[in-house]
Amino acid sequence: MTTTLSQQNNASFARRTFLNRGSLGLGSAALATMLPNVSQVAPGKAAQAADLPSELPHFPPKAKRVIFLCMAGGPSHLETFDFKPRLSQMDGQAMPESFTTGQPIAQLQGQTLKCLGPQTEFKKHGQSGQEISSFLPHTASIADELCIIRSLHTDQINHDPAHTVMNTGTSISGRPSMGAWVTYGLGTLNQNLPGFVVLTSRGGRNPQPISQRQWGSGFLPSRFQGVQFHSTGDPVHYVRTPGGVTAEQQKTLVDTVGQLNRLRNQSQQNPETETRIAQMELAFRMQTSVPELMDLSDEPQQALDAYGVAGIDGSFAANCLLARRLAERGVRFIHLYHRGWDHHGDLVTYMNTCCNLCDGPSAALVKDLKMRGMLDETLIIWGGEFGRTPMFQGKGKLPGRDHHMRGFSMWLAGGGVQGGTSYGTTDDLGYHAAENPVHVRDLHATMLHLLGIDHRQFTLNHLGLDAKLTGVEEEAQVLKAIIT
Amino acid sequence: MIALPAHEFLLLQACIPLMTLQKIMRRLALAIFALATAHGVVLGSEPPVRFNRDVRPILAAKCFRCHGPDANHREAELRLDEEVAAKQQRSSHSAAILAGNPVESPLWLRIVATDKSIRMPPPSAGKPLTSAEIAILEQWIEEGAHYEGHWSLAILTQPDAPRVENATWPTNDIDRFILAKLEARGLSPSPPADPATLMRRLSFDLIGLPPSSEQIEQFQPIDDPGSYEQIVDTLLASKHFGQRMAMYWLDLVRYANSVGYHGDQEHAITPYRDWVIKAFNDNMRFDQFTIEQLAGDLLPDASINQKIASGYNRLHQTSHEGGVQIAEYLHKYDADRIRNFSSVWLATTLGCCECHDHKYDPFSQKDFYQLVAFFADIDDYRSFRGGDSSPTKRDPELEVPSPADGKIRRTMVTEALAQPRTIRILERGSFLEEIGEPLAPAVPQVFPPLHIDAQRPTRLDLARWLTNKEHPQTARVFVNRLWYLFFGTGLSRTLQDFGSQGAWPTHPELLDHLASEFIASGWNVKHVIKQLVMSQAYRQASLETAEQQSHDPENRLFGRQSRWRLPAEMIRDNALSVSGLLRDESDGSSARPYQPAGYYRQLNFPQRTYQADMDAGQYRRGVYIHWQRQFLHPMLRAFDAPSREECTAERPISNTPLSSLVLLNDPTFFEAARMLAQTTLLETNGSENNGSDESRFAWMWKHSVSRLPNPQELKTLQNLLDQNRQVYQQNPAAARAIIEVGLAPSSDSVDTVELASWTAIARAVLNLDEFITRN
Repeated sequence: MTTTLSQQNNASFARRTFLNRGSLGLGSAALATMLPNVSQVAPGKAAQAADLPSELPHFPPKAKRVIFLCMAGGPSHLETFDFKPRLSQMDGQAMPESFTTGQPIAQLQGQTLKCLGPQTEFKKHGQSGQEISSFLPHTASIADELCIIRSLHTDQINHDPAHTVMNTGTSISGRPSMGAWVTYGLGTLNQNLPGFVVLTSRGGRNPQPISQRQWGSGFLPSRFQGVQFHSTGDPVHYVRTPGGVTAEQQKTLVDTVGQLNRLRNQSQQNPETETRIAQMELAFRMQTSVPELMDLSDEPQQALDAYGVAGIDGSFAANCLLARRLAERGVRFIHLYHRGWDHHGDLVTYMNTCCNLCDGPSAALVKDLKMRGMLDETLIIWGGEFGRTPMFQGKGKLPGRDHHMRGFSMWLAGGGVQGGTSYGTTDDLGYHAAENPVHVRDLHATMLHLLGIDHRQFTLNHLGLDAKLTGVEEEAQVLKAIIT
Repeated sequence: MIALPAHEFLLLQACIPLMTLQKIMRRLALAIFALATAHGVVLGSEPPVRFNRDVRPILAAKCFRCHGPDANHREAELRLDEEVAAKQQRSSHSAAILAGNPVESPLWLRIVATDKSIRMPPPSAGKPLTSAEIAILEQWIEEGAHYEGHWSLAILTQPDAPRVENATWPTNDIDRFILAKLEARGLSPSPPADPATLMRRLSFDLIGLPPSSEQIEQFQPIDDPGSYEQIVDTLLASKHFGQRMAMYWLDLVRYANSVGYHGDQEHAITPYRDWVIKAFNDNMRFDQFTIEQLAGDLLPDASINQKIASGYNRLHQTSHEGGVQIAEYLHKYDADRIRNFSSVWLATTLGCCECHDHKYDPFSQKDFYQLVAFFADIDDYRSFRGGDSSPTKRDPELEVPSPADGKIRRTMVTEALAQPRTIRILERGSFLEEIGEPLAPAVPQVFPPLHIDAQRPTRLDLARWLTNKEHPQTARVFVNRLWYLFFGTGLSRTLQDFGSQGAWPTHPELLDHLASEFIASGWNVKHVIKQLVMSQAYRQASLETAEQQSHDPENRLFGRQSRWRLPAEMIRDNALSVSGLLRDESDGSSARPYQPAGYYRQLNFPQRTYQADMDAGQYRRGVYIHWQRQFLHPMLRAFDAPSREECTAERPISNTPLSSLVLLNDPTFFEAARMLAQTTLLETNGSENNGSDESRFAWMWKHSVSRLPNPQELKTLQNLLDQNRQVYQQNPAAARAIIEVGLAPSSDSVDTVELASWTAIARAVLNLDEFITRN
């Protein structure tokens, strides 16, 4: 089984399955027979097979890939990017009811609501003078690369459904995640790795559960789902050859199965069989490519130090370095979760923990990509599923904050985003998005736009509906103001 | 937008000279369309045009979004989904459609307008009409623009089977419906599948397990035509039948063993799974099956089993996240129930109406909340009291003995509140924005009415209404899904959407015939399934001929059988079965197969460690596997089993490297290969060929894929065996390592090097495409 042979096969399968699509009449089955590297085989072929209205990308993209750094649990915007002196003045006083009446509320249900001032200092950074808190010194050092959005809002106030909104645009289960949408639309650029990879890390308060739903493919073919890479055990499930079997034996086995399948298929003429032969060969190649990816021995010490990496230890730092390695290898959507940001109490303590773990590596990733000339083509997004209340919560020795969905902050860098800028504001107390509110769907529309995709045209018919990442109701807006 | 103000009329006049051209274009389009139909089977335009088959799909896809049922987004006060509205004058505007007169109908003028500013659909919508579609619309208006009631709601009659030329082929009416369509196009059905293929197909389809070699040998349908029916009856009577059917039903009702949201704690529900399996095995009437799940608790003197069945109402996703607002989650649970109820029994997308009127089907937001009101008596309040332990307790629950081992198990059930919750419409589905008056339970008006004497209809009334003889949709929905299970696609391909955006059935009369038969037989599931598998249509070969490829590539005429990769559970069961590992323990708590360490590390509240079964539980059928919604077993997930957060009527079938890795390296499959190798060695010792490699290849092959290997295959296998023998003879330690995979003990009477070498052969077999394909 040589690369050449499988490349030939790849091409012929793509052609065959395209011509034969629907021959099994199994809905997405025919589409699913296509190879993961659709963009290499034939740009837009996947789109046609799924009855997408037009070829992708719709217009020249600014970004080739996305790295989403999800701070799961919901970092406080009031201690990171959104400085509210007025909140400081009102510290300890009752939260004005004009802000909170009729609003959803999470753990503070039934409690007296009082203001909690910012728990740290803010300074202006870089030539752009972006206001960033003292918890994030490394992020502050890349202030001029960042577009900080301070007016995000979402629909859900509890973690699980809020993550689902952040990833799929709705809180209803069963919809594709953004990584799946993007991989479906654009394919991957690497034949030996999945197009959508997920890495998680922990550290901080109560690690947040993150459901596989968050990187699911919903009603898109399963091959577009995110594949989780693990730092302990097998990096990808079952990627290791069983004990007592050498790589050479495994290769012979895979070759033999391929030969037997081809022999049989001379009489069966089943295009699915050929696809499965190709997938098995890809699986075998992954048995090599994944360990190679996870092996940092080719990284200079300098790079390891810049990220603060001690090894493949499941830390956010290691995952950031892996994100760069995945980006280099053509993976389309790289999604990192750090599961420590749910600071209902002891906010300062846990902010110190989380920022120590995440601040440096996030900034190192931006700098590293810039140094390698990859920042322009890589969109980096940093933020949580929601923000935190301007109100005090007392779950711990020190003050904390509750979940908050009406206003929070995120930053974007690279990939066609204007660095050194800010967009939108919240009100004086950091409660509601005020100027230029940005719904999560607007973020999605903007992300797709940067990838060369018009979110309005990027649809798949599901149960009679032209489903899209940005939903069927109110139209999402591309944030043109933040684009270079 | 179709009504034309005066100034726009001028624009139209400018278009008039184009009309003759348009006429020519139309004929041209029809000609092109006719060419297209000659090339492949298009079930579209055959004169005269039929509204449901030809026109509704166009209007639904291209027009209803702005001119359909949704009153809040209706443009120009025009709706095209209702005949009266489309043909009546609206204030100062003329009627959109003048029956018989396309060239003066504003609708037609607007769709052919060359001026983009007045053309419909607006170019900005990105949904232009094709020339074929325009031609159909014109022909339809010309012929009087007749509307039809929606097919899935039309009164159900039992159409007579059509006459066919080839009177010898059909065994039952199904075949007559299928054959008539084929004959009308000058096509013939496929020859019967060879006996081994047919036996494998039947066995997987009816019980989800492969046939034994003995069954294959005994099955000689040509010598003994009655033997096929005997086998069908035997399989239908097998206790494995219920397990197989439950695989599908549990997808529909989104049965899982964990709560779904946030901490995804395990919840108590396994007796419901046993109840479903038993109901299918006992051939419970489908109307009773429906009633007991939706309202078993409301039946007079409800039995324990009926209460267990009412656990259906507790299967939705729930949350134990700190800071959950009860009002918000009561609403989430309501919406979840309506989405599922309307998908499972009605194949409608009523769930859309949680936030807005339906865009394509005549369902209003009020319809949605009136349905919610039926379920408003379910006591959800107590369920919020369970903490974030796992397993969690979600009252109301019952304690019932397991039929397997007598151990007491808890299970969630439905209990009705004395006073149902008040339900109002929620603006845009937001629990913070209740509007309007309290709603009484009511069914959407498009369906047959719900006749009851009581003041407030109940869940029990709703369940009985679904299976009322006047209700045409429930039976159609279910038999369509049965057809899918045995033919690979539904007669209507959209198993979950019988609305205007759904697919017009390829054989509407056959669908109605089967639905009527289903009701007339007393909602007898096994009866309908027997009809399906006894048909010649079912018994056809699944190989595609070149002629079929060109005439009917999607097999819409069912002139051949379909082939598909087996579902996840069957792939597992198949490997366990041929290796002799499969254990028959039915019922009881969930099975936990080997799973990669640390897979649950994302879970919290509380943190959990997966404990694989160290006993017979390891080898139970896939239907019993613990279904963790957020982290479904990687093997199930790799082979497209759904997380069961929402209703799944049709699983996707994908081929990914992850599924290849499962077959190659998952210890379950590796262990199965080792045991298949061992059985092969033991069974062929002292056989007539004295344990030759060739006799062993033959035995293993026949045992696993129901046929003998051909010479080329034998040669390929021999090469693999030789290579492995060489490796293990040189390195016996590696051979011993193979025995370490899996719990099953190896026989002392088998040589380790031979066992290891033959394990490689068995792995090859379990990885064959043929092994995981239903032909």
